[in-house]
Amino acid sequence: MTPLSQLFEAALFSANRPLTIEELQTLDAEATLADVRTALDQLREHYDFDQHAVELVELAGGYQILSRPHFAQAIEQAQFAQRTPKLTGAALETLAIISYRQPVGRAEIEEIRGVSAGGVLRALQERGMIEVVGRSEQLGRPLLYGTTALFLELLGLKDLAELPRAEELTIALQPPRPPEPEPGEDAAASVPADG
Amino acid sequence: MEISDIPIARIADQFLASIHQLGLNQAADYLEMAGRLLRLKAAMLLPRPSDDEWEDPRHELVRRLLEYQQIKEIVSWFDRAAERRALQYVRGYIPPPPALPELPLTLDLLALLEAVQRVIDGIPEPILHRVVARPLDVEGATARIEALLADLDRREFSWREALGVRPNIVDVLSTFLALLELAKRGLLHLHQPAPFADMVIRRDSALPAV
Repeated sequence: MTPLSQLFEAALFSANRPLTIEELQTLDAEATLADVRTALDQLREHYDFDQHAVELVELAGGYQILSRPHFAQAIEQAQFAQRTPKLTGAALETLAIISYRQPVGRAEIEEIRGVSAGGVLRALQERGMIEVVGRSEQLGRPLLYGTTALFLELLGLKDLAELPRAEELTIALQPPRPPEPEPGEDAAASVPADG
Repeated sequence: MEISDIPIARIADQFLASIHQLGLNQAADYLEMAGRLLRLKAAMLLPRPSDDEWEDPRHELVRRLLEYQQIKEIVSWFDRAAERRALQYVRGYIPPPPALPELPLTLDLLALLEAVQRVIDGIPEPILHRVVARPLDVEGATARIEALLADLDRREFSWREALGVRPNIVDVLSTFLALLELAKRGLLHLHQPAPFADMVIRRDSALPAV
């Protein structure tokens, strides 16, 4: 491990959120972005090669040190940590619409889901998973919503490009096409868990 | 359910049965859906202009169902992604602080009564006004003054005479307004010899008495 890798390890260990490459770069005035990437690769390999119980994960536009999934059950049983509460079906549906159509207004969400969305939007906003990103030019200038970095963090995504693309889903929205062969039981399986 | 054969009567029955159990919001959602299906049914029953222009009214419903189906797929993808992510923990998980146990109440009766007294003392005395409708009798006062003016033997009389016997506040105000009104009409002159002195009311000699 180089001194830069060690510096990043200390920083990532202390931070309580994913740190971006740019943030990590500020730790060392002489380090280039390429240096930062090399040092991060070294840190990841160090954890993997020496079979550490933590790993370096690319998450929500940054990097974070997380315990490996293998130990989840033991940690949970000992009540050293708690699992993040699951989201309700309504919350997940609303998040699905917002993540694909953002910036999107409440009326459009309600049009698709067919039920009122006010309560769900408020709850998601309170949990910090969505935020108001602007106002529509339409009549009444309704608020427009978008997903936050926390949304990516809770889903374990690097960025929005990791969401399954509409073509990958078994039913395409538009235009209606002849049925295609099933792409496999799990469209998500093609997305690697870590970089 | 086959969309070309929607049993409207059955849907209406189901709607009425559900509306009693559901909250107002959900009942409204159900009503909207029932309305949509009704509209669809009506469009299917109407004669078609020509096969080229005719757009299958079911198309919109099918599109929406497919759209919703796709959202369901994304939701299950989200669900699995969140589940995988939840297996990995960050350092320094901080559990929410436990709620503080309630302190036992250590008050004696005297202290409690003193506290009650302090609260009571803090309540301001309410300021109450009684508002009574007392219509002014300007017409009556005018008639009284005109009667005095009609007495041709006298050139003037005093404010107290105009007020009448044992006047109350309403009489005073009515008389004052009547005097001002008559003075404006040029039927009398008002004269006050000194500040706070009684007014002297004089008939306007240029005009005949009323």
